[in-house]
Amino acid sequence: MKLFNKDDSMAVLDGKKRFNLDKALTITTFILLLIIVIIPVFMIIFNTFFVKATTGHWAFDVSMFKTQLSEPKNLSAMWNTVKIAILTTIVGTIAGVFYAWLLGRSDIPAKGLMKALFNIPYMFPPFLGAMAWDMLLNGRGGYFNKFLMRVFQLESAPININSIWGIVFVEVSYYFPFVFMQVVAALEKMDPTLEECARIAGAKQSTVIWRITLPLTKPAISAGALLILTTSLAHFGVPSIIGYSQGIYTLPTRIYAVIYNAGGSFEGIRQGASLSVLLVAVVSLALIIQNKILSSGSFDIIKGKSTRPTLIKLRGAKYPLLVICIVTLIIIVVVPLVMIVLVSFLKAYGLPLKLENFTFAQYKRVFKGGGTIDSIKNSLFASITAGVVCMLLGTLVAYVVQKIKPKNKGALEFMSMLPYAIPGTVLSIGVILAWQGAVFGINLYNTIWIIIVAYLARYLSFSMKTSSAALLQVSSSLEEAARACGASHTESLADITLPLIRPAMVSGFFLIFLPAMREVTTSILLYGPKTRTLGVQIYGLRDAGMIPQAAALATVAIGIIIVLNTLVNYIVKDRKGV
Amino acid sequence: MADQIILRNVTKIFTTKTLGDITAVDNFNINVHEGECFSFLGPSGCGKSTTLRMIAGFEDLTAGEIELCGKLVSSSEKKLYVPPEERGLGMVFQAFAVWPHMTVFDNVAFPLAIKKVNKVDIKKRVAEALKHTSLSGLEDVYPGELSGGQQQRIALARAIVTNPKVMLLDEPLSNLDPKLRETMRFEIKSLQKKFGFTIIFVTHDQSEAMAISDRMMVCDMGKIMQIDTPENLYNHPNSRFVHNFLGESTFIKVEVKGGKVYPEGSNQALDIEIPKGVQGKMVIATRPNEIELTTPSAGGFKTHIEKRIFLTDRTEYLVPVGNQMVKIQTPHRVRYNAQDECYVKFIMPIWYPEDDEKTEAERNKRQLI
Repeated sequence: MKLFNKDDSMAVLDGKKRFNLDKALTITTFILLLIIVIIPVFMIIFNTFFVKATTGHWAFDVSMFKTQLSEPKNLSAMWNTVKIAILTTIVGTIAGVFYAWLLGRSDIPAKGLMKALFNIPYMFPPFLGAMAWDMLLNGRGGYFNKFLMRVFQLESAPININSIWGIVFVEVSYYFPFVFMQVVAALEKMDPTLEECARIAGAKQSTVIWRITLPLTKPAISAGALLILTTSLAHFGVPSIIGYSQGIYTLPTRIYAVIYNAGGSFEGIRQGASLSVLLVAVVSLALIIQNKILSSGSFDIIKGKSTRPTLIKLRGAKYPLLVICIVTLIIIVVVPLVMIVLVSFLKAYGLPLKLENFTFAQYKRVFKGGGTIDSIKNSLFASITAGVVCMLLGTLVAYVVQKIKPKNKGALEFMSMLPYAIPGTVLSIGVILAWQGAVFGINLYNTIWIIIVAYLARYLSFSMKTSSAALLQVSSSLEEAARACGASHTESLADITLPLIRPAMVSGFFLIFLPAMREVTTSILLYGPKTRTLGVQIYGLRDAGMIPQAAALATVAIGIIIVLNTLVNYIVKDRKGV
Repeated sequence: MADQIILRNVTKIFTTKTLGDITAVDNFNINVHEGECFSFLGPSGCGKSTTLRMIAGFEDLTAGEIELCGKLVSSSEKKLYVPPEERGLGMVFQAFAVWPHMTVFDNVAFPLAIKKVNKVDIKKRVAEALKHTSLSGLEDVYPGELSGGQQQRIALARAIVTNPKVMLLDEPLSNLDPKLRETMRFEIKSLQKKFGFTIIFVTHDQSEAMAISDRMMVCDMGKIMQIDTPENLYNHPNSRFVHNFLGESTFIKVEVKGGKVYPEGSNQALDIEIPKGVQGKMVIATRPNEIELTTPSAGGFKTHIEKRIFLTDRTEYLVPVGNQMVKIQTPHRVRYNAQDECYVKFIMPIWYPEDDEKTEAERNKRQLI
């Protein structure tokens, strides 16, 4: 009788618990997303169009927006943003497709190695590359420019990186892997009989590439191009380092300048907010256009048994093309890296790159003040915290959307993906507006937490995507089987579902941790005197003219990135084996 | 009949990083007659697909040469390889390979458009090809919206639209469900009758090959085992492999001692005629419907029924012969119960030497290429 009672009460409890657990999870998700994502975005729009009148009431007011729109500097910044983004997208896409085809479909030698090398730019912070190129090709005294002037007896610098095209060049060299990786993956998965069929039908190899291969990889190409476009529109580092000296502004650098010049006053932040609205409008427009293009062609090209794709023989062009690949790799990977390392050893910036001018002093100087160590600690703390919280929160959102499926799961999904379309600079302003005491009564300004909150908003969609994909693979029958074996809802969740998606959660963590570790766009607007991040510290040193010190710290940062990446690859590989 | 496709000493060796050289196709000599339906049949890794791809021009040859319609198209010695697009073939692939970014019309019109046929003719010929493949009315649809059977019909229409003399079919039916597979088989045959092309049909499904082919080649592990008509292959398989691959087979290990045949693990002799010169350990091959259950007076091997299995159109019995279990299929009217005493008689078994099977490891290795 006792036993029966126990069973009975358990069944009731379980039934009740299930109802509660699902509901609790859904409500928690909504509240968290509201706080982390929606309120900052809302605050930007609100502060742009509403003003607190002297009476204490908020009044609708478009004057700020109008002033900003009629300011020629802002308009030219907008025009530059669009121009740079479009040029970067076009050149980056062409380069990405070209190298993807070469490494995915031709018989060029050393493919595996080159594929790995072509992915390197993807993990490097572009603003470090911009620093290196500025050292080399600065219009006033870049090392390479000086060299060319000496050799060819020129009056002025032959190449000026401090131009729109210079910015485009640096951005392309870091963003073309977006297209490259997507297209290589598509080419590798593509059913080779689709191409063979066209050969049998009488088409020459070149015809097959134009009429079959390229159209079939169009979805991958557009997806990569979209990523380049939105990233470039929102990008801060490269235009700020390369464009600043020539007064070339983009919207993100303009927003930074406005806020920086205002010294953190509310008026400055409001100006920044209205510029942000402008930037969001531009990005949204780009997204809409791309969406139209993307939706026109998406199809399944992975079918059938996987035979080896027929590699196209390059014959006479093989070695010239190999040389082009190697030169490209040297230019985009080796040259900037070597330059930064060399400059980090210089006694003073501008001295010739000779052994007698080299010293370790810059490294000592960088680490002397303690500010650098603090910045590394800050970056590690902020990235790890953001990574862990995003991993958990992203999985929570994914679980609610994929498994609980509440009525308004579309809204949930939209909320979590929203920051994806919002530039980091803009998000930072939203976070400032939301967390300096105005909304929650909590002032996080000048603390590391405001940076973490911004990271959460910015990177949440990353972990949510990976966890979603993993959860989709976990058939609900697995959890049901656990229930049938007597596990409660909570137990089946903890013992079945979570262990199955754990690898995805771990890779979701690294997907956030690594970019957060090297980012500068978000933290540049949020750092306080004691909360500089690694990126901000390098940027600050350079801004203060201490270029060799900046280079020294950049070398250290690159070292950290390489170590972390190797570690990640090792861990991820290990996981796959299990 | 003239030989339309001739393979002379064709050999293909793949060099792999992990397993070294693997001979995928070992000295193939094949003559396919004009208007014939010729099948390449064998388990995966036997070299059938590689052979087809060499005929199509997608692979070069390590040795030998290929002649198509009286013209040399591949020769390892002369380093001559006519590219696939100039061989004038039709080809249908297992995974359909219809282009998802083109409409049905554009898919079928592609070979003609490449040849710069004028628009009016293209329209006419595509319409005809679609009519023959029962696709009329679907011109403006994208293949993604169609069923697997319809997609395969598009591939067929695209292959016949240029009216090729030779049609290569690479497991074209294996992605379809069984009912559809049979329908398509008939459609392919009737198209062949109408257009008179020669078919090379690659498959690993023996019943499909039996039903469609005039002649077929059975191959295994890169070697041709036997080439003949389906009937001859079934009735006179020249190796244990071919026997096992076509239809259901029963192999019984026996020992021939002093003019008598003893199944392994038994002192009772089987009543079988021994071919000349056969001595020692051998294997006899038979099929479940070629073993009779008889009475003692007819002189069978005395044993008992181990298990009776009712199948819809016949009854199956499991009967021990020595230490081996033998499967017998009979009409329902022959009725025994489990544990009943019975006598079995083998009708015209085929004799093979004891060890004829290649090792499993070698077979697995070949699956990787």
